[in-house]
Amino acid sequence: MSWAGKILRVNLTAGTVTSEPLNMEWARAYIGSRGLGSKYLIDEIDPKVDPLSPDNKIIWATGPLTGTMASTGGRYTVITKGPLTGAIACSNSGGYWGAELKMAGWDMVIFEGKSAKPVYLYICDDVAELRDADHLWGKSVWQTEDLLKKSHQDPLLRISSIGKSGENGVLYAAVVNDLHRAAGRSGVGAVMGSKNLKAIAVRGTKGVGNVRDPKAFMAAAKAAKKVLADNAVTGQGLPTYGTQVLMNVINEIGGLPTRNHRDVQFEGAKDISAEAMATPRKTDGKAQLVTNQACFGCTIACGRISKMDQSHFSVQNKPEYWGASGGLEYEAAWALGAANGVSDLEALQYANLICNEEGFDPISFGATIGAVMELYEMGVLTQEQIGIEAPFGSAKALCELADMTAKGIGFGKEIGLGSKRLTAKYGHPDLSMSVKGQEFPAYDGRVIQGIGLAYATSNRGACHLRGYTIASEVLGIPVKTEPVESEGKPELVKAFQDATAAFDSAGVCIFTSFAWTLADVAPQLQAACGDEYTMEHLAHIGERIWNMEREFNNAAGFTKADDTLPKRLLTEAAKTGPGKGVVSKLPEMLPKYYDVRGWDSEGRPTAQTKQRLGL
Amino acid sequence: MQKVLHINPDKCTGCQQCEMACSFENYGTYATAKSRIKVFDFHHTGKKVPYTCTQCDEAWCLHACPVEAITVDKATGAKVVNESTCVGCKVCTIACPFGTINYVQETGKVQKCDLCGGDPACADACPTGAITFIDANWTGLDKMKQWADKLGNQPSAA
Repeated sequence: MSWAGKILRVNLTAGTVTSEPLNMEWARAYIGSRGLGSKYLIDEIDPKVDPLSPDNKIIWATGPLTGTMASTGGRYTVITKGPLTGAIACSNSGGYWGAELKMAGWDMVIFEGKSAKPVYLYICDDVAELRDADHLWGKSVWQTEDLLKKSHQDPLLRISSIGKSGENGVLYAAVVNDLHRAAGRSGVGAVMGSKNLKAIAVRGTKGVGNVRDPKAFMAAAKAAKKVLADNAVTGQGLPTYGTQVLMNVINEIGGLPTRNHRDVQFEGAKDISAEAMATPRKTDGKAQLVTNQACFGCTIACGRISKMDQSHFSVQNKPEYWGASGGLEYEAAWALGAANGVSDLEALQYANLICNEEGFDPISFGATIGAVMELYEMGVLTQEQIGIEAPFGSAKALCELADMTAKGIGFGKEIGLGSKRLTAKYGHPDLSMSVKGQEFPAYDGRVIQGIGLAYATSNRGACHLRGYTIASEVLGIPVKTEPVESEGKPELVKAFQDATAAFDSAGVCIFTSFAWTLADVAPQLQAACGDEYTMEHLAHIGERIWNMEREFNNAAGFTKADDTLPKRLLTEAAKTGPGKGVVSKLPEMLPKYYDVRGWDSEGRPTAQTKQRLGL
Repeated sequence: MQKVLHINPDKCTGCQQCEMACSFENYGTYATAKSRIKVFDFHHTGKKVPYTCTQCDEAWCLHACPVEAITVDKATGAKVVNESTCVGCKVCTIACPFGTINYVQETGKVQKCDLCGGDPACADACPTGAITFIDANWTGLDKMKQWADKLGNQPSAA
């Protein structure tokens, strides 16, 4: 049935590890990964729990397609109540770790309580035990992976861990696997750190061998791979340029938030674009981009592998950063670059490496730096307070503040709290470009109306990956809609949100949806799981997941008032580009969205809606 | 015509579809741990390199086997382990200079690439053409063509 049928429950307080059968009724209703892990979390914790307390739980979950030959079938999700937002946190990662856990014979791992001292979980097929992590505490993600592989004498071990920022309670700390793949957003790494849990090291030799109809599955997987290969975005654009293919595109339509959303176009966009990454540098004649890389099972291969310029000020005399490593994706390049007005591509890559090495989210970090730089330019924050001059465009400030945040020293501690808390502390809460405390990603919510609504209503705070309407509004997938128009966007946002929840729950990457619809996922799931899946059925499950997450947030204390955007997006019009003069029409779209969702005027799913969705 | 697996590491993305295809072909399960082809990720250079048995003509493993469990498949040229004969002594794993024949705890036998009887699943699964199954006598054909292109297929300078 493609589920392993077993989960691990780890009580960190008691130090126990137990095996439980997977709740198959839930598996059928919520598929796996995001949906199924969220169902377990929501069933087991009080929505009002303090995210960093022992009463919160944190779950690593795979989907039924994880660890199979379905393209991109290597994904896993980390689910918990998030410390950055107080909402449900649900962060998805690629790399090889998720497949390894599944091949060890486990669908998910649930952690509860808090360990008295640092520990890591070691899993080798049926063996799962907590081990002392004193020697790993204080180490980076990169050191942790290296030390665990050496101490176990097993180079094939896969590791999901936190760096110093997760230990130090950076509220947007990430969980990182395979050196530079991350469950990046909402601070899932801080929850891991709060439990004194350093890492999960996995070796799986059993494999995924219970696919229901292997012949039909192989045929469906092969057909779906062909769809990806034949598509211009997944077959050519992403492997060649990575997600960075978007930098110039989004800048041209005037949707590239710049200098903490003061502007919507960045004069330095071309210097931090995919094209710039592939252009030989003047200093050493080499391009920053070395090659592309796939995650487990992925036939797209959008990942970037880059090498820094050894003469750049950030890495002079630091040879540990001279080798090839994870390169800039679009969101990171935007957050570390345009959001701060920094156009030094090498500085961006340095900050990106630090985010990977010590495990924190470059989007929230970069966007918080944008707020710091605006406060600095306003004279609210001074050089003495920050420890360095920090005007917009300062590559030096970006690199130093990345170091300080990673190590939790000086002003880095405040940056680690995110822009909402930082701007509030200094009397300018309106300058936090966030929703529910989580910072915006790389698309302007004024000029691209649908994504603004998607941010405002995202269940994990501002996020592009809960409903990527950019596909429609900018790229014309599956149909083109006008970015500045608000008409029809509530329906579009709902459709994207529901479909995304289904993709995420299957165990495949959301980037497949540039080419696939749920009609391409359904036959793969059906052959793998044995249950009957149709496109409509999957969309229905996606809607169920969305409403379940929403109910959790409502019970946690969120209201309609939290489905909003910063004042800047609602009142300050875009200054340049095709969307010049436009503000977000959220006040018009939101009631319509609630209506389309079957929610009451306060944003609560009605009894009828819940009944229809089996909640 | 005998064919061989031909590997071009420059095209490899590290997706491991080949490893899954190999384990599925031989064990009916998706288990990279059971694959006879392995992809190596050299992180500091960014290179990914698939590696497996090259089917030596004078195969060290075959000559080392004390029970003649390794024989030549005449149709494909593959050196094939006959599991019913193999006693799991592992001498072949020591003899092989390339490390491409290995012991399997679960079966108590050794395993190596057998070219899937002439239709290798890894080559079929590779999405980028990094692994191909081509004429054994002409593995250099693509490279020769590139140089021929450089030498004689460019617009004349004059």
